[in-house]
Amino acid sequence: MDGNWFPLWLSLRVAAIATLISLVIGLWLADLLTHCQFRGKQWVEAAVGLPLVLPPTVIGYYLLVLLGRSSPLGQLYQWAFGSPLIFTWQAAVVASTLSAIPLLVKSTLTVFQRLELSHGRAARSLGAAGWRVFWRITLPLAHREVTAAGLLAFARALGEFGVTLMIAGSIPGQTQTAAVAIYGADTMYARLLVLALSAIVLSLFLAAHKLEHPRVRG
Amino acid sequence: MIQAKLSKRFAGFSLDVEFESSAGITVLFGPDGAGKTLVLDAIAGFAQPDAGRILLDDVILFDAAARVNIPPQRRNCSYLFRNHSLFPHLTLRENLMFAAVRRPRLERHRRVNEILERFELTGVSGERAHQISASQRLRGSLARVIIGGPRLLLLDQPWSGLDATLRRELHSLLRQIHTEFKIAMLLATGDLEECFELADEMLLLREGRLLQAGEPRKILDQPASLDAARMLGIPNLLEAEVIALDPGRNSSRLRWQDQELSGTYFPGRMLGDRVWLCMRAEELRVSVHNGSKPGINQVRAKLLRVSEKPQSLRLEFSGGIFAEVAPETLASRASEKEWLIEFPPQALRIL
Repeated sequence: MDGNWFPLWLSLRVAAIATLISLVIGLWLADLLTHCQFRGKQWVEAAVGLPLVLPPTVIGYYLLVLLGRSSPLGQLYQWAFGSPLIFTWQAAVVASTLSAIPLLVKSTLTVFQRLELSHGRAARSLGAAGWRVFWRITLPLAHREVTAAGLLAFARALGEFGVTLMIAGSIPGQTQTAAVAIYGADTMYARLLVLALSAIVLSLFLAAHKLEHPRVRG
Repeated sequence: MIQAKLSKRFAGFSLDVEFESSAGITVLFGPDGAGKTLVLDAIAGFAQPDAGRILLDDVILFDAAARVNIPPQRRNCSYLFRNHSLFPHLTLRENLMFAAVRRPRLERHRRVNEILERFELTGVSGERAHQISASQRLRGSLARVIIGGPRLLLLDQPWSGLDATLRRELHSLLRQIHTEFKIAMLLATGDLEECFELADEMLLLREGRLLQAGEPRKILDQPASLDAARMLGIPNLLEAEVIALDPGRNSSRLRWQDQELSGTYFPGRMLGDRVWLCMRAEELRVSVHNGSKPGINQVRAKLLRVSEKPQSLRLEFSGGIFAEVAPETLASRASEKEWLIEFPPQALRIL
C-alpha cells in the first residue's frame, strides 16, 4: 500500500467544481421549467433526466464524439486553453457535472413549483421580474432544499465512475479519481478509499436528509 | 375598464366568456369548477387562453390573433390569492418595499411609510408574518397588493378561511380601498351574501359560461334563465302555462298544476307558452288555513318541514313551495299542517 491520497483529493476538487457548475445550470433549468411556458418544454424536462437512465458508456461515447480532439467543441476548447479536454481532470469535471445536474433539477423542481404557486405568482403580479423573484423569493425560501440538493449533487459527483473512466481515463497522479482508483488498486489501498468515500457520502446524505426534513418543534 | 373575451379548452372543461366591466367592484359569482379562478389567472397572465383578447383601460394585455401576451409582471394587475400570505422570510416593511418596485426609488420609503400608517401597521412593520395577528396579516396583504398602484386588483375568494369578524373587516377594507385609492376590483366568490355585500356589478358564471351580467339586485329581480335562478338560490321554480294575457289591463293568468294564478302582463309571451314561475321564498305570504275558501292567488298546501336560518325560518310545503318568515310569526303554529300560500301578483315572475 502506498500512502497516495491524490485520488481522494482530486475527487473532492472535481466534485466541488462540478457541484458549483451544476448548481448554476441546474437551478437555472429548474427555475425555467417552473414558470416559463415555451415550445418543447416537455422535451427539455425529459432530456434533463436522460443521464440518469442512459448507460454510462453510452454517455461517455457521446461525450467523446462531442468533445473529442477532432470535434468542433473539442477544437474550440483546445484553441481557448491550449490543450485538449479529453483525458484531463477537467474532463472528469464535465462527467461529474453531467451526472449531478439531473439530481439537482429533479429535487429542486418540486419545491420551486410549490413556491411558485404560494409566493412566486404573487411576486410576479406585484411587478417583480423573473430574476428578482428568483433571488429575493424563491431562493431564500428554498435555501434548505437547495443546500440539500447541492450536498446530494456533490455526493453523486464524488462517486462518478463510468463516464469519468471513458473521457478522463485513469492516469495516476493526473486523472485518476478515488472512484476510479478503487477499480484495479491493491486491496488494502482500495479498502481505505472505499471507507473514505463511504464515510463522506454517508455524512453528506445524512446532512441532506436532515435539511430536507427539519424537526418540527411543538 | 376591463374588456375580456376568453376561450380555453381542457379535457372535460371549456371556458367561453365575454364581458366588459367598468364598475368599481365586479364580482365573478359561481360554484366551484365554474372557471372563476381561470378567468382571474388569464387576466393576470398566469393562464394563457387558446383564443380571445383582454384589454385593461384600452391597453392590450393579451390578443391571441395578434400574438400579444404581456407577462404578468408588466400587466399592472395585483392579485390577492386565496391564501393571501405575505412572504414569510421578509418583514412587513420588506414585503411592502418589494411590492413598491414600480415606484421610483426615492419615493418608495415615503410611500411605504404612508401605507403602513394608513393600514395601522407602523408598530409591527419590523415583524414577520407569523409574529403578527390575523387581522394585521390581512391588512398587510391588502397593503401589499395596492402599494404599487395597480390598475386592477384581482381577488380570488379572499375570505375563505376567515372568521366572521375578519370577513367584516375585509369587506370594509375593500370598500375603503375602492373609494380611497380608486382601484377597480374583480373578485371571485361562490358566496351569494358576499356578492351582494360588495358587488357593483355581478357576473354569473357556470360551467365556463357567462349566464348573466348586471347589478346584483336587478339580476335577483329578473334572472335571465332557469340556471341563473337556481344559482341565485331562488327556491320556488314552478312550471306553469300561460292561459290569458291582457296588455290593456296589464294582467295575465297562469295555470300551475290545477290552480289559476293572476299576474301582471308578460310582454313577448303567447297563450299556451310553458313557462317557469320564479319567486323568492320571502316574497310569498303564508297563513294557517282556517277552513275558509282560498282567495285570489291563494293556494292550499301542506307544511312538510321547518328549517332554521340565522335570521328567519324556512318553511317547505307540498308542491315544492318554499317560504321564509320571521321566527316570531310562526311561534306555536309550526304544528299546523294545512296552510294557505298567497302569490302576490307583482311577485309573479316568469322565465
